[in-house]
Amino acid sequence: MGLVESGKLPKPLTSLLNTSRKYSIWIFQWGLACCAIEMGAALGSPRYDVMRLGVIPLPASPRQADLVCISGTVTDKIVPAIRRLYDQMPDPKYVISMGACANCGGPYWDSYSVTKGVDQIIPVDVYVPGCPPRPEALLEGIVLLQERIGKEDMAERWRGEPLVVS
Amino acid sequence: MTAVSDRQKLAYVNSQAADGRVNLEFETEEGMTLNLGPQHPATHGTLRIVVKLDGEQVLSCEPVMGYMHRGYEKLTEVRTYPQVTTLINRIDWLGSFANEVPFILAAEKLMEIEAPPRAQWIRTILFELSRIANISLFVGDMALHIGAMTAAFYAFRDREFVLNQIESATGGRFHPNFNRIGGLKDDLPKGWVADTKASLERIRDFCDEMEILVEGNEIFQARTRGIGVIPSEIALQFGLSGANLRASGVDWDLRRDQPVGLVWDKVDWKVITHPDGDSFARFWVRLQEIRESCNIVEQLLDGLPAGPYMAKVPRVIKVPEGEAWVATENPLGEMGYYLVSQGGLGPFRVKIRTASFNNVSVVPWVCRGVYVPDVVTILASLYFILGDIDR
Repeated sequence: MGLVESGKLPKPLTSLLNTSRKYSIWIFQWGLACCAIEMGAALGSPRYDVMRLGVIPLPASPRQADLVCISGTVTDKIVPAIRRLYDQMPDPKYVISMGACANCGGPYWDSYSVTKGVDQIIPVDVYVPGCPPRPEALLEGIVLLQERIGKEDMAERWRGEPLVVS
Repeated sequence: MTAVSDRQKLAYVNSQAADGRVNLEFETEEGMTLNLGPQHPATHGTLRIVVKLDGEQVLSCEPVMGYMHRGYEKLTEVRTYPQVTTLINRIDWLGSFANEVPFILAAEKLMEIEAPPRAQWIRTILFELSRIANISLFVGDMALHIGAMTAAFYAFRDREFVLNQIESATGGRFHPNFNRIGGLKDDLPKGWVADTKASLERIRDFCDEMEILVEGNEIFQARTRGIGVIPSEIALQFGLSGANLRASGVDWDLRRDQPVGLVWDKVDWKVITHPDGDSFARFWVRLQEIRESCNIVEQLLDGLPAGPYMAKVPRVIKVPEGEAWVATENPLGEMGYYLVSQGGLGPFRVKIRTASFNNVSVVPWVCRGVYVPDVVTILASLYFILGDIDR
């Protein structure tokens, strides 16, 4: 990947790489609460059928995944596990935060045990609002993420400062 | 990529320390420790099961809870009564409507209001519809954990028909928030009764399909028959409720024994029990319960009374001083609210009794000596929802 890191990738090659990346996203399902069922309906049910968007659900491990969908209430006790999972994913990696709880705490905004927003621990690319969001909303979020991947300059992404948390 | 703030760093360090402490508690010298979860498909969310193994046999099995603890009982103290129903929808997120009912009934009991008959009937109908939506997912889910993927797709497909009906009546697929103290938010929409009857036919077909596809399957029977047997006296000692208890041969159903404010006593149905108490019995009982729920809903739809759907209630709801306990038979088992009011706008204290907490407490007992794959079978057949355990 020396060419990519040096930032000298020709434009046609970039768009080819991006197109192939955006239509082969392996999505890791981190189902936590109510949203997990809607995510299951979006990814596993014939009515919504996420595979037609070029998204492959059910990877065997986070080490295989490109995208993680944090769906549901993030409590303080589950935080280390989410962080560890995110660290295990290979770069480039994307995060969808699904539902009001994962975005900002949702109905538990004043609870003592809920982390108010998963973006406190991992960087989030797409926020899907709703409590819980309909499966269509999650699909919309995935499409938005694909648009973003399509426009991405890979060299910039690879040169960029990595998120270091010690 | 954004820069990391000090707050993020601190949160991360703290969480790592917390993780380290949890791991220390379960260090062992003999045998092997297998950690199921906190993120594992078989645990319906974030239950963590620490299994100690000798070869492939389970020596001990310890559920670690609290990964989904959201502090409901504390939060209800700082909400008003209409706001509380929004919260308690999300306790057992698959049967949301059923969660609201006991709380509303407890508040109505203290205020000495009775919902008009039409509201009671619609409540019972939606209660049973949410039971169907909940248990039909279980049927697919259990098959998925045994290793049959197709059934899960079928369950997700046919469940949508019930969710559509709940949505068209209440406006919410998942969390209806439809109950008000003294009645309901709205009347049923036009043509709802006929649509619901059509979708009940769909669900009956689904039950037949599942009986052929899953229940009659040789591999499924071999994986579930005689696995995780809970005798009736053990089930009673652990405080199991719902279908888990009925699958152990105990004829106990709050819908029949204690019909508070709802109209199950007006229709003809029967309580389904199974004498075996194994994983297969729990699956079978739940599958038959979908059919019974279809019967209940159909009869209720035929006899739906006309009239108002809301009783006269004051504009600002203040519940008089007192204490009330109301429990109903929710999809997962007995769910009850002990409501203490001191005359304010919100409850003073709410104790929530949920079924899954007791249902999952039997796991260490029933998992001793079984093999590793059977742990997943037992967890799937006990059927708990994490929000229902941790609240």
